[in-house]
Order: sequence, then structure tokens, then C-alpha cells
Amino acid sequence: MVYQDIGQHITSQYDEDLESLRSKVLNMGGMVEKQVQNALLALTRADSSLAEDVATSDYHINAMEVEIDEECTQVIARRQPAASDLRLVVTIIKCITDLERIGDEAEKIGRHAVKLAAIERTPTYFSEIKHLGDQVCKMLHDSLDALARMDIDNAFVIAQGDRAINDEYDALTRQLITYMMEDPRTIKRSLRVMWCARSLERIGDHAKNICEYVIYTVAGKDIRHTSFDQVKAEHGDSDNK
Amino acid sequence: MAAPQISQDVLLNQVSLDLEKERTCFECKRFGLYYGNNQALRGIDMVIPEKRVTAFIGPSGCGKSTLLRCMNRMNDLIDIVRMEGEMLLHGKDINSKSVNVAELRRQVGMVFQKPNPFPKTVYENVAYGLRLQGVNKKRILDERVEWALHGAALWGEVKDRLQDNAMGLSGGQQQRLVIARAIAIQPEVILLDEPASALDPISTLKIEELIIQLKKDYTVVIVTHNMQQAARVSDYTAFLYLGELIEFGATDQLFTNPVQKQTEDYITGRYG
Repeated sequence: MVYQDIGQHITSQYDEDLESLRSKVLNMGGMVEKQVQNALLALTRADSSLAEDVATSDYHINAMEVEIDEECTQVIARRQPAASDLRLVVTIIKCITDLERIGDEAEKIGRHAVKLAAIERTPTYFSEIKHLGDQVCKMLHDSLDALARMDIDNAFVIAQGDRAINDEYDALTRQLITYMMEDPRTIKRSLRVMWCARSLERIGDHAKNICEYVIYTVAGKDIRHTSFDQVKAEHGDSDNK
Repeated sequence: MAAPQISQDVLLNQVSLDLEKERTCFECKRFGLYYGNNQALRGIDMVIPEKRVTAFIGPSGCGKSTLLRCMNRMNDLIDIVRMEGEMLLHGKDINSKSVNVAELRRQVGMVFQKPNPFPKTVYENVAYGLRLQGVNKKRILDERVEWALHGAALWGEVKDRLQDNAMGLSGGQQQRLVIARAIAIQPEVILLDEPASALDPISTLKIEELIIQLKKDYTVVIVTHNMQQAARVSDYTAFLYLGELIEFGATDQLFTNPVQKQTEDYITGRYG
């Protein structure tokens, strides 16, 4: 297994093609991250204009996905990438799908935030969702960082953070159910908060996917649909290094 | 939670094809070759599995054709060649004095870069090797010629031109005719030295299709400069560089996740 950085192809145009792809993906990642942060801010501050802004600007991300997809197709058609170049292009194609879906989830949160802001000026139980949201934002930020640096060790650690997010989501769900049982008038509002929490949880899943793609790019090893315990058991010796 | 440190090399995926489970056809043991004082191959240890397609890739002058030619002793014709180590076919050293070279070449057929049909009819080209073996009955010859031409995916195109001169066929047809000539005598192994490098893309694809058909019955070893071709047709790939075997592995692994940096550099088109 060898992973090489993009440069040093005999045709320098190939280097430029791959470098352009990589910088576009990172750019798209930055846009997506900003969208998620704004969606969360809009939600927790009941800021309807920011929420509106998030809900209506997803098309930028969609356009980037289409553009990068097209560029990847061109690289495959013209260069027939092999080995680490091939893994990089495959990873980029997969990453942008996940990034685009994260964008969709941010858009959904934005829409719910608009409605929630209209219901109530002083948002309740937003502290819990803020906690979940912060965790998800950090995980997304870290996984994009791992993608930029192709940092396999961090990617493996970050991917495991998805468990904590799932636990947090479960706890929040239980809490919202309690609210709804105590006072059925809160059901409509609680459900919206729950859908936002669900979107955040899904963003965590997509961030985990990105980490798995980083591992695939660098090590050529596909760890999707494998439990972390299994990965660690299979490669137990290395844990002690 | 403490961060688990997964080192990169242990994450290596196992390959779908397993060399351990293959039957051995050729085996090189510490095989080396000199042209005079110039060492062209050094310390090659490799197993060529039976009824698989094995491709040799590498830059010009890396020794891939030399190694291929050793497999049916084509280098015997060059005086200054000296060999060391062993080249075993089914466990028997083909360079030992007891081996009959004509018999070895009947077992191990070879096809070259440029199609080289004899200036005879299509029929006689294919029947030539059979006649040398003493097959003279017309009925048997007819059967075997048709069988070989079918095997080389050429029958449909030449069945009405069997008595035409083979030199009148197109380049791609000539190359398939030469392959038909090679398989007519039913060898075990077919060595192909850049079989498609002089052909247009359609003929190239026909040859590639043929190679995939051939591996049902024969062991195929192919030398190619075209890496995409190696990736398309072969089950195993050997990468040679400056006379040494750098990496040998299942093609699907070697082209997506090679172990050696030199292999990676070569197949991704980087400065070595």
C-alpha cells in the first residue's frame, strides 16, 4: 500500500487536474460547513432571516456537486487514473455526494428553524440541540480537516465520534418524548425540534462516511459496514504501536 | 477513549485471487540472465499460475520480453547469453540438457509483436505445425484448422478465404491467424509479446477478447506496454524494473493498491 500526494506526474496537466479537483472539494466542504453552522445558529437563536438564508442557498452546493462530478468524469475518461490517483477520484465522487446531502440536511434545519422562530421567540429546549449541533459541527469540521490532510489516523478516531452523536440523539429523543407526554400542546414544536435533531444525526453519519473515504484513499482499505471493534480486532497488533 | 493507532500497512486488503490456491505452471527460482557482461535479469522469483493470464509490465528495457523469451528458450539462439537460477515448467528445469527444445516449444507457443504469417495460404499457415508433427490426414487437418480458427475468433472472417494468401489479411486478422497457428498444436502455454501493439483499437479489443477466451484452456503470459490492456485482460501482473521483479500480485490489487512505491509511480505515470 502506497499513498502519494498529488504532484509529480510526468504530465503536469494531470497534477493540475487533480489539484483543481481537490481544492474544489475542500471549497465545497467549507461551504457546507458554513451552511450547517448557520443553520444551527438560526435554530438556537430563533433567527428567521438567517434561517431563510440557509434554506434558500443550498443551490450553490448542488451546483458545485454537479461541477465536480463532471470534472471527475473528465479525469476518468482522459487519464484513466490508477492506484492512489484512482482512489482519490473515487473518494472525491463519493465525498461530494455526502457533502451535498449534508447541504440538504442543513437546508431542512433552516426550514424548520423558520417555522420554529415564528412559533416562539424564546426558544426552549434548544440547549440540548445546541449541544448535539456543536458536536456534529466539530465532527464535520474535523472530518473535512482529515480529508484535506489525508490524515488516516485522525480519520479513524473521528469516525468513531459518530457513536457519541447517536447517543446524544437518542437522549434528546427521549427528552422530547417526555415533553410531548407531559404537555401535548408542545407536540408540533417538539416534532420540529426532533426533525432538526434527526438532520444533525444524519450529518454525523455523512461526516463518518467522509472519514471512511479518507481511510480508503490512503490505505486502500474499505472499512464501511465493518464495526470499529472488528477493525480493531483484525488489526489488534497495531493498536499497541 | 484512547485513540487507537492503526498503522497503514496492516490495513491492507486481502485480494480476491489467491496465488496460494493456484496450480503452478512456470516457476522462476533466483533466475538471472546476462547478455555478455550485461545483466538483464537478476534474482527473479516468481510463480506463473496455470490457466490464468499473467501480464508483465514495466518500462522499456526492464527485461520483460527477455523473461518471456526464456520461457520457451528463444534466447538459445543468442550466443552471448548466460543464465543462472532455474526456470521450471511443472517442476522441471527447461534449461536442463535432457529437455528437447522442439518438444518444449510445442508445449509453450509464442506470438510476437508483429504478425508473422508464412507466405502461404490461410489454411496452410494453421496446418503447418500439425504437418510438422506428422498429421497428414486431410480430414483431421480440416478439423483441427477449423477448430483453431474458431479458437482464435477468426473462422467467421476467413472461412471462405482459406485458400487465399495469408499476407492479404488485415493486421488484426494476421495476428489472430498467428494465434490460431500457435493453438493448432494445442500447447499448454501461450506467450504473447506485445500482441496488440501494432493493431488498431478494434482489432486490439478482439485480441483481448480472445485472450480471455484462451485462458479457459491455456496458461497465457503477455508482455504489454499498454497498462490499461494489462489491467483489462490479466489475472496477475508482474512489474519489472531494471531487470528485477519489483512486485507480483493479483491485477485487481496491483492497479488499485500496489504495495511498492516504484509500482505506484509507474502505473500512475509519475517520475520514478
